Amino acid sequence: MNEKSNTKNELFSYCLQLGDNSLILGQRLGEWCGHGPVLEVDIALTNIALDFLGQTRSYFQYAAEVEGLGHTEDQLAFLREAHEYRNYLLLEQPNEDFAYTIIRQFFFDAFHRLFLEKLSESTDSQLAAIAAKSLKEVKYHFRFSSDWVRRLGDGTAVSHKKIQQAVDDLWMFTGEFFQPTELEENMAASGVGVDVTALKTPYLTAIKDVLSEATLKWPDFEPNQHGGKEGRHSEYLGHILSEMQWMQRTYPNMSW
Amino acid sequence: MSDKQGWPLWEIFIRSKNGLNHRHVGSLHAPDAEMAMENARDVYTRRSEGVSIWVVESRHITASNPENNGEFFEPAQDKVYRHPTFYEMPEGIKHI
Repeated sequence: MNEKSNTKNELFSYCLQLGDNSLILGQRLGEWCGHGPVLEVDIALTNIALDFLGQTRSYFQYAAEVEGLGHTEDQLAFLREAHEYRNYLLLEQPNEDFAYTIIRQFFFDAFHRLFLEKLSESTDSQLAAIAAKSLKEVKYHFRFSSDWVRRLGDGTAVSHKKIQQAVDDLWMFTGEFFQPTELEENMAASGVGVDVTALKTPYLTAIKDVLSEATLKWPDFEPNQHGGKEGRHSEYLGHILSEMQWMQRTYPNMSW
Repeated sequence: MSDKQGWPLWEIFIRSKNGLNHRHVGSLHAPDAEMAMENARDVYTRRSEGVSIWVVESRHITASNPENNGEFFEPAQDKVYRHPTFYEMPEGIKHI
């Protein structure tokens, strides 16, 4: 057992970061509601969106408890500014089309699964429990997204072209997963958080396996985009928040 | 049998808990059995309705013809002696 321990503020920020990832991707997937390519896929995407919102609630409830200032999960979700969000840049990228949505999902699911496997061994029992519960959902997410990558890649000429384009365009956002911030280093050192640098090799293997089965080309460059974890976001996040937070900003303190 | 995208129709059967039979719950479209299974999971079990799923392509089901209902089903209607209702149940026997 490592002697190093984290401050309350570090644990709070770490929970927020984990919750932000689920929240922003969940919100993006929710945009598909009623617009899915077929009814069954529409329901599948919104199911996954709801899984993410459930995960977000767990992280934010715990974050609020750790912070101890009487904030609620809703206040953490709806009353922060864009620069206070810590989600990966990949997750705020627009849905574009079904191919982009699937590749964004696939790139994240492959990472998320490895991450939660480690987080479920956290020395923090609450985070370990949230991770163990979420892992079951995320294994299904990965199954869903990787299955579609294979189908579209090894499908028609049009589906192959579209999904290859999405692979090439979104790959640059995946490097951020494995570049630890100071916070992540401190959290990993105490055994509460996950050492993300160790996940890179198994991640690349998982991605390569699926892309090769899908007859897709490996994007031959080092992913270079990062900043989401430090609050430096693309313009997309502002648009997401203006929609997501509209109700609470317009009618402060309203509830159902 | 197939929709405009060429996806065939599948009939979905769910077992709600161990010990019970699979029951027909509805149908959906999917390109193959594997995806029919995943779609069934998302469409029909998201409120914890099941512990097991069967999917069967609809074209493999042979259905009785409503025109034959007379000869198929009506002869059974006046044969009440086929129901086990002509003896008394002993007291204390439950769940029958």
